[in-house]
Amino acid sequence: MDKNKKVLVSVKHLKQYFSPGKKSEVKAIDDVSFEIYEGETFGLVGESGSGKSTTGRSIIRLYNPTDGEILFDGRDISKIKNHSREMKAFRKEIQMIFQDPYASLNPRMKVKDIIAEGLHVHHLVQNDAECDARVNELLELVGLNKDHATRYPHEFSGGQRQRIGIARALAVKPKFIIADEPISALDVSIQAQVVNLMKEIQEQQNLTYLFIAHDLSMVKYISDRIAVMHNGKIMELASADAIYNRPLHAYTQSLLSAVPLPDPKIERQRRRIAYDSAIEADNEGRQLREVADEHYVYATEVELVSYQAALAAMTQPSA
Amino acid sequence: MANILAVKHLSIDFKTYAGEVHAIRDVSFNLKKGETLAIVGESGSGKSVTVRSIMGLLAGNAQIKGGSIKYHDEELLQKSVAEMNALRGSDISMIFQDPMTSLDPTMPIGKQVAEPLLIHEKMNKEEAMKRAQSVLELVGIPNAKARMKDYPHQFSGGQRQRIVIAIAIVDYPQILIADEPTTALDVTVQAQIIDLMKELQRKIETSIIFITHDLGVVAGIADRVAVMYAGKIIEYGLVDEIFYQPKHPYTWGLLNSMPTLDTAGRLEAIPGTPPDLLDPPKGDAFAARNPYALQIDVEQEPPFFQVSKTHFAATWLLHPDAPTVVPPTAVRAMMAKYPKGQVQQKVGMIDGQE
Repeated sequence: MDKNKKVLVSVKHLKQYFSPGKKSEVKAIDDVSFEIYEGETFGLVGESGSGKSTTGRSIIRLYNPTDGEILFDGRDISKIKNHSREMKAFRKEIQMIFQDPYASLNPRMKVKDIIAEGLHVHHLVQNDAECDARVNELLELVGLNKDHATRYPHEFSGGQRQRIGIARALAVKPKFIIADEPISALDVSIQAQVVNLMKEIQEQQNLTYLFIAHDLSMVKYISDRIAVMHNGKIMELASADAIYNRPLHAYTQSLLSAVPLPDPKIERQRRRIAYDSAIEADNEGRQLREVADEHYVYATEVELVSYQAALAAMTQPSA
Repeated sequence: MANILAVKHLSIDFKTYAGEVHAIRDVSFNLKKGETLAIVGESGSGKSVTVRSIMGLLAGNAQIKGGSIKYHDEELLQKSVAEMNALRGSDISMIFQDPMTSLDPTMPIGKQVAEPLLIHEKMNKEEAMKRAQSVLELVGIPNAKARMKDYPHQFSGGQRQRIVIAIAIVDYPQILIADEPTTALDVTVQAQIIDLMKELQRKIETSIIFITHDLGVVAGIADRVAVMYAGKIIEYGLVDEIFYQPKHPYTWGLLNSMPTLDTAGRLEAIPGTPPDLLDPPKGDAFAARNPYALQIDVEQEPPFFQVSKTHFAATWLLHPDAPTVVPPTAVRAMMAKYPKGQVQQKVGMIDGQE
């Protein structure tokens, strides 16, 4: 990714602790920094408990960050107050698509009211006719039709509900969408439909996505750049291609070695690599360091040199 | 190899307010000793209902319309509740999908694992607890002896799933049914659980029925695969045959819609949604979503055509009069990896009797 691209979201030394200072303190996100460029899809992968969902939720300010800065379009939004006018304006720019299409739609609301709620909150439509027209336009955009507007969520399948969730997110014309495991509750044949839809809409409207998932093959497919998280820290950050073809950090390698692929021959030869996070415990001043252009690894200065050598060895034969 | 389980022409309906849902429509398959059979399909395709009928765990509104389920020579569908209770958890046991809800939150895990032994084997408590401990060690619970007194909430999701597996295998079942056992877990934990099940299979020679919609998992664990769609098996064969020589357009669609690590461009989604089983379509149930559908597909249901000794597919495309079609790109790439005749067959798996 070229460096002239405009940075839309910049996360700087973000910390999100739960019950800070108490015995039960959890460092869900522990000093994480990254940037998301306008128009790209930034993938965030990791196991449950790695802090990937918390990162998404902190960026959209569902939590109040413990420390650090979140710059959105140049403004620091990490400290704006809840229920303030600033917060309302910010929430119009940034929207979220949730994991569970069954729990994230109000069962007592009609589809058109679900989609139109944001339009009313932000005064984006003047009258009912305008509102209906906009809702129908959105339904068509996500592959549903205007007959669906007067129905309730329970009348739809999982894939269709996720389309309604996407329409709701798009209603306020956001710049940035956080998709937290948007397809993991869906069947394989439906996952592809939803991912294709998200890609199409992104191209049409120049949207920026933060795509959070644990399905690594889907993340690779949809993302331009990927950050791998573990225990609240980013272990490796690089282009999708580099993460998959030239993984450097042992955790990334371990995660990749566990992805099941639909090919029996490969599966018979699979050898999993175990990762032992105990090697991080030596407190040797690890941080994200740039090994190669736009390829960052969580490492000490000494390890950095060995990673650079490893990367050189990986790229040598093709050169 | 001997069949341990034979399901023949099974049909199951569910009575609902909207009418009768024809959830299982004439399903037949065999399970051989020591093999792993994977059943793949979307939600609502009937894979869970099929295995629940084997366990005798169908919901109250289910009606078995016909067919038979034979375990060795015993007809399971004729058994009384007491007779099924004697089989469940000892001869045939099941691993459920959700490790969070399939354990008793108020009972220490050691007791939960030992329970099948106390009930089925009439073991004394001390012996049962000893075996429970060794099985917990086998499934990889660290410090098993001390942790037997702990309750489910004191374990992580992956560990809880291991405990569920321990309960299922503690009485060395002949058949182990795993209904999406890894869907709720992370890839790293999933890989560990799959390795564990393979190892256990070697140790206690269990036959496994593995239900999943993840084709990656299937490729790793199955000897044979049955693909279900709209309450029917539409293709079955050895794992290599299903992945490298698939014949049914639905199987093509499934293989094609999964991104592999080198997919670029658009994903080839299967258009539309599965049919309503209140009123299943007349011909091939997949016809409406099938870009390769022929006229006959909407009129008449295709029979199984034999592809090899072990490989069958229900699609009119295999009829001698059918036009030749070109499968989707990703499927052609898979086919090219294994030119015909090179499909690996597991020794002892081959018999033409289906």
